[in-house]
Amino acid sequence: MSQKWWQQQLPKLVLSPSFALVLFFVYGFILYTGYLSFTDSRMFPSNELVGFANYEKLFALRHWKIAITNLGIFGGLYIGICLVLGLMLAIFLDQKIRGEGVLRPIYLYPMALSFIVTGTAWKWFLDPGIGVEQIVQSWGYTDFEFRWIKDRTMAIYCIVIAGVWQTSGFVMAMFLAGLRGIDGEIMKAARVDGASSVQLYRRIIIPMLRPIFLSAFVVLAHMAIKSYDLVIALTNGGPGRATELPATFMYSYTFTRNQMGVGATSAMVMLMTIAAIIVPYLYSELKGSKKS
Amino acid sequence: MMRASLPGSAMRSALYLILLVFSIFYLVPLYVMLVNSFKELDEIRSGAMLALPDNFTLAPWESAWSTAQIGVSPTGLKPYFINSIAMVIPAVLISTLIGAINGYVLSKWQFRGHRWVFGLLLFSCFIPFQIVLIPMAKTLGILGIAGSTPGLVLVHVVYGIGFSTLFFRNYYEAFPTELIRAAQLDGAGFFMIFARILLPSSGPIIVVCIIWQFTNIWNDFLFGASFTDFDSQPITVALNNLVSSSTGVKEYNVHFAGAILAALPTLIVYIVSGRYFVRGLMAGSVKG
Amino acid sequence: MKIRALALALGVAASGAVSAAGEVEVLHWWTSGGEAAALNVLKDDLSSKGVSWADMPVAGGGGESAMTVLRARVTSNNAPTAAQMLGYDILDWGKQGAAADLNAVAAKEGWDAVVPAALQNFAKHDGKWISAPVNVHSTNWVWANKAIFDELGLSAPINFDELVATLEAIKKAGYTPLAHGGQAWQEATIFDSVVLATGGVGFYRKALVDLDADALGSDTMKTVFDRMAILRSYVDDNFSGRDWNLASAMVIEKKAGMQIMGDWAKGEFLNAGQKPGDDFMCFRFPGTSGAVTFNSDQFMMFKVGSDRRDAQNQLASSIMAPSFQSAFNVVKGSVPARTDVSDADFDACGKKGMRDLASANANNTLLGSLAHGHAAPASVKNAMYDVITAHFNGEYSSADAVSELVAAVDAAK
Repeated sequence: MSQKWWQQQLPKLVLSPSFALVLFFVYGFILYTGYLSFTDSRMFPSNELVGFANYEKLFALRHWKIAITNLGIFGGLYIGICLVLGLMLAIFLDQKIRGEGVLRPIYLYPMALSFIVTGTAWKWFLDPGIGVEQIVQSWGYTDFEFRWIKDRTMAIYCIVIAGVWQTSGFVMAMFLAGLRGIDGEIMKAARVDGASSVQLYRRIIIPMLRPIFLSAFVVLAHMAIKSYDLVIALTNGGPGRATELPATFMYSYTFTRNQMGVGATSAMVMLMTIAAIIVPYLYSELKGSKKS
Repeated sequence: MMRASLPGSAMRSALYLILLVFSIFYLVPLYVMLVNSFKELDEIRSGAMLALPDNFTLAPWESAWSTAQIGVSPTGLKPYFINSIAMVIPAVLISTLIGAINGYVLSKWQFRGHRWVFGLLLFSCFIPFQIVLIPMAKTLGILGIAGSTPGLVLVHVVYGIGFSTLFFRNYYEAFPTELIRAAQLDGAGFFMIFARILLPSSGPIIVVCIIWQFTNIWNDFLFGASFTDFDSQPITVALNNLVSSSTGVKEYNVHFAGAILAALPTLIVYIVSGRYFVRGLMAGSVKG
Repeated sequence: MKIRALALALGVAASGAVSAAGEVEVLHWWTSGGEAAALNVLKDDLSSKGVSWADMPVAGGGGESAMTVLRARVTSNNAPTAAQMLGYDILDWGKQGAAADLNAVAAKEGWDAVVPAALQNFAKHDGKWISAPVNVHSTNWVWANKAIFDELGLSAPINFDELVATLEAIKKAGYTPLAHGGQAWQEATIFDSVVLATGGVGFYRKALVDLDADALGSDTMKTVFDRMAILRSYVDDNFSGRDWNLASAMVIEKKAGMQIMGDWAKGEFLNAGQKPGDDFMCFRFPGTSGAVTFNSDQFMMFKVGSDRRDAQNQLASSIMAPSFQSAFNVVKGSVPARTDVSDADFDACGKKGMRDLASANANNTLLGSLAHGHAAPASVKNAMYDVITAHFNGEYSSADAVSELVAAVDAAK
């Protein structure tokens, strides 16, 4: 009897240390941040409560509106393009391509590099003076222009390009894995050329990849929200403050501007936004797995 | 027949062309770094970004590795590389082990509320690291492991639990539960089943988890800079010191060589185990 | 429970890293070749006195990363012996009660008599020395390409209209008139000078130091923004995000006529083998001569255990030694933080800088630079950055910029 009881409790016991760690280091810290957002903390945490003053301050800040808008643009395009491009490349690569073994790591490797590593190369690449614009012009197309990084309305799209560069290959690998997991007969049918294969992909195969879309979405959403190095390396928030994202906003208010209260507030707003998007997903995902 | 295969072969050419164009897109930044790391500084200043070096030189690489000025001492990246290795290996192994055990429990020993527990672990992936800095510093100080490699390992393990649990839980979810029931009837216990039945077939997902954790931990800058001392700074911090020094001549060739050196372990991991990576993802997340 | 056990296990492993007696750990962001060479002067001096140097560099963003790291270090009870720091940050740390008391060393070596009063305001808290100033940078400088000036028969302009005429002449000759890097702090560096040139010393103090709402919202301030817009029109289209040293390179390579930048830019010219007076010119921003906007790099000392206090005092004393002040600043491009150091080793621009500093100190025209955190605290400084850089990038008209500036400063105070 006690043997059996032990066997029943053991799994929970094994799980509890990591659960306790996460409760403390994640949810405890979130609560603490929530508390800070109601204080007038500046350089260091303070215990002086100020009600919702920081929230009012935050939403009055033009800087924050820019950051939120940018996250909308960046997050939407980044997740969308990565999914489409990743799926497309995976389908293409799944057509019994010669040299797949060479192409796959080429598509995948950017995920291995941080933007501290590739930042300078990207800066050069996007700089009109020495990068793409200059190179294409040197080929004789003297009218060619590519100066988004210098343009405050377009710079955010440069961030999207670099973000897509880093992650789309990874998404491709996820989709490729999914395609390889699908029953061989269906795939064989799909590989027959002509319009019918497009139909087959659209009607049958892509719907079968639904779980991958969801996993990829989680990975991409998490990357989009945490994108910090990316912005710092490419534009450092410029031109002006045009490419500020909530992650850079949070960092600068908490650490360089000594307005920890406002920084904590922005973190809470962000977390609540993430929760609003992710929790329904997690809910449906976990409920779905019950059925199967 | 002939007519039908013509558009087919045209399409295949287009296919190859598209795949090729994208591989160029992915390769350009690495190419720029590589080519320029073999140039002399004068050539970089005057020459084109994409041109091959006129005077091929290895000096920037030697400098970045062993003589470049990182702070006041001309040590190159070497000592920091070793710091990173000493930090990343325990962190990756511990978090992978924890993830495996958690995944095992959450998929095969489900208890009331297991979905809640998993959901909470998973949501922890989304916490922005900037907000944990100050409370984490406080905690490490109380624990007495501030400014040390073990402290940094603890931080990385904690914030790696979410993803590593996700990987293993999805993978084990697809594992036939009947096998486990059978083993239980034979009298095998909790750990015995894990060690004898699940672990041996976990190769692919272990690879995925290791790649993911290794890359994230190796590339981390924020924690590495904040929770270390002068003698335990990881390579990302050293690379940043090399690359973004505030004044003076920017030795781009040395910067590029240093950047590639700092990225070499993750690059190798990706390229060598990329094949297993796809296989692991296939076995894991698809059926989850 | 588990955490405690883990901590114990890990703590044993960590305790190997106890610092030796007679060691200083220094957090700084001076990682470029010239700066590191300058710090090595200090390191060698200390080691000759039996004090070893544990180096903790964190580069990036003009010390932003270093300040974040510092906060984590102090929060975790693991403060370094000393940290490189600027202006208001030092005072903020002083208020936190984290600073060491250097009064004994300062009294013995007579710092009060030799360090300019404006600088002491940033090195003392509550009457106690907490920080050792290494240098004084001055930010209202213009660096110009002499060949272009000679070619066009130009001389150093002395007021804003002449400056515009000079820029216009350079533009006509086909050069980029003004080399500039589009980063908030660089735009704010120009702003410092334009405010000083437009409103004078009194206005600068009132608007940027006292943060007086009337001064910030005045017509003078609108003129300042108008002038910023004029200067913007002489910058090339490619300026956004450019590092300041690349802007200096444009002047060095005769692609651009001049750059408005602090005296650290001189190092770039010297490194490129140029000579002051022969290849490049240095002059005060037109309309600001007689006044100096400054920022000062200091090493702030943290409270340490008694076993490390001797080494810390030795560090402070070595930093303030005239020989180090001279050797360091010759390399760095700045001028010594004490006014009694011989100018023998300095070049023409350095000598001029030292003279200007001494006279500004005597005439009470030595002003903290807003752009470099010596006029207003970090929150206000950055709020002003937002407005200045947005206006410079064409997001606001000058009138809007003035009202935004008033609002931003008010919100950040």
